[in-house]
Amino acid sequence: MAKEFIKGNEAIGKAAILAGLDCYFGYPITPQSELPEYLAAEMPKVGKTFLQAESEVAAINMVYGAAGTGIRVMTSSSSPGVSLKLEGISYIAGAELPCVVVNVQRGGPGLGNIAPEQGDYFQATKGGGHGNYRLIVLAPDSGQEMADFTMLAFDLAEKYRNPVMLLADGYLGQMKEAVEFKKPERKTPANDWTIGNKLGKANVITSIDIEPEKLEKHNLNLLAKYNKIKENEVRFEEFMTDDCELFVVAYGITSRVVRSAVELAREKGIKVGMLRPQTLFPFPKDIINKLSEKTKKVLVCELSTGQMVEDVQLSSAPGTDVYFYGRCGGMVPTDIELVEQIEKILEGKGEIFK
Amino acid sequence: MINEKVIMAGFGGQGIMLMGQVLAYAGMLEDKEISWIPSYGPEMRGGTANCNVIVSERKIGSPVISIPDTLIAMNRPSMEKFEESIEKDGILIYNSSLIDIKPKRDDIKVYALDISNTAKDMGNTKIANMIALGSYIKATGVVSKDSVMNALKKMLPERHHDKLPLNEKALEKGMELIS
Repeated sequence: MAKEFIKGNEAIGKAAILAGLDCYFGYPITPQSELPEYLAAEMPKVGKTFLQAESEVAAINMVYGAAGTGIRVMTSSSSPGVSLKLEGISYIAGAELPCVVVNVQRGGPGLGNIAPEQGDYFQATKGGGHGNYRLIVLAPDSGQEMADFTMLAFDLAEKYRNPVMLLADGYLGQMKEAVEFKKPERKTPANDWTIGNKLGKANVITSIDIEPEKLEKHNLNLLAKYNKIKENEVRFEEFMTDDCELFVVAYGITSRVVRSAVELAREKGIKVGMLRPQTLFPFPKDIINKLSEKTKKVLVCELSTGQMVEDVQLSSAPGTDVYFYGRCGGMVPTDIELVEQIEKILEGKGEIFK
Repeated sequence: MINEKVIMAGFGGQGIMLMGQVLAYAGMLEDKEISWIPSYGPEMRGGTANCNVIVSERKIGSPVISIPDTLIAMNRPSMEKFEESIEKDGILIYNSSLIDIKPKRDDIKVYALDISNTAKDMGNTKIANMIALGSYIKATGVVSKDSVMNALKKMLPERHHDKLPLNEKALEKGMELIS
């Protein structure tokens, strides 16, 4: 199939429509506005519903309502806008509804700026909203994965009846690459739990459970589901890790810079590799443990002051030195900068993350 | 093996973003790996704009270019900002119609081209970006002129296809400027 030259944000939109997106609710914010813009133009053409809500809070609650009918539904925003959606996300996770939430991250905290950052890792993977819930979090690194993971997100959301977050960043949203759109195959989802299921079965969709005994049971059921997700859905990519003496863990746009840095370092004869999580929840713990057992040294690179690095610390084999290098506020490291960090660590001058 | 990293920079309104996209699209039509990344700050017409384009025969790592093989500077602030970063033995193409200073580097290949005035002589200042692109593909050989024309055909809405001959002429003019 021919490739298309398309912006990351638009690739999400096109992939979502191909995946059978029925309803989109959202509110514009840079650097993801091309996504609602694209959907506003394209969804009506295929008889689907695009609605610009009056706010992010309204949009996520529209998602909540629509998801209860079992249709494919999505919202998107960027960091400050996602913060506004968190209450709704917690409700949707509590009510066990499938939906896709896109976060094209920008600089924070607060209003921050519109440049790329990865400061929302904690928010995406550790809850963000209240209560015992988890999101499945996918981390694309390219236009191609923006498209592929959008399709995957809908499948996973339906499979586990759980919200799935696509965690991108401003650069991935704004850049254009060649993307090949696959033809997704959608399995007919079970609909015995939905509102309006035409099976004559009455369902109540809610996240409230007044009785502690019942709510505890519900939370334990959620836990069992999250454990199943951890068992079955870990995804990652290894790059030149076979003989490495140090490996770098990075996701999203940062992993692209790390890939270049690894190639540069290899040209200098430095044995370094990369482990790129494609799912941030579930986190690829086992492979990090296995690799770190061999290298005893890990470098984590993020566009943050250090968030994913904590998960790498928890995953690494005992006695592993976990180093960190981050840029933030919209600054992106260069490959040369990262090679310097790698060399520093191998010379024993690196700083261990506290 | 082609692994070309170019930074294109100039005023907002000079068609910098489009020039980069046309190049990337042409690379895609030649089955090369490509990436295009814009500076997307709160920019406006008359402000500075730049984009990073990579056309490569291998998988592209960082789409953000730290050391460009080529810089196309369409105005003075762009040359001042990026000249220093050009790879040794790299290429600088600059718009001498608007840039009244000389480059400092002596370890790169420099093309001082009268781009904006050439566009004016052709009767349309907006065509300066295609003149620059023509000179760029001649100087580097990254993609063919045919691929650029095919990319333009795909990217321009049909209602603008009457402008294709002018664009082709501009590309050719740019190629002629490189001697």
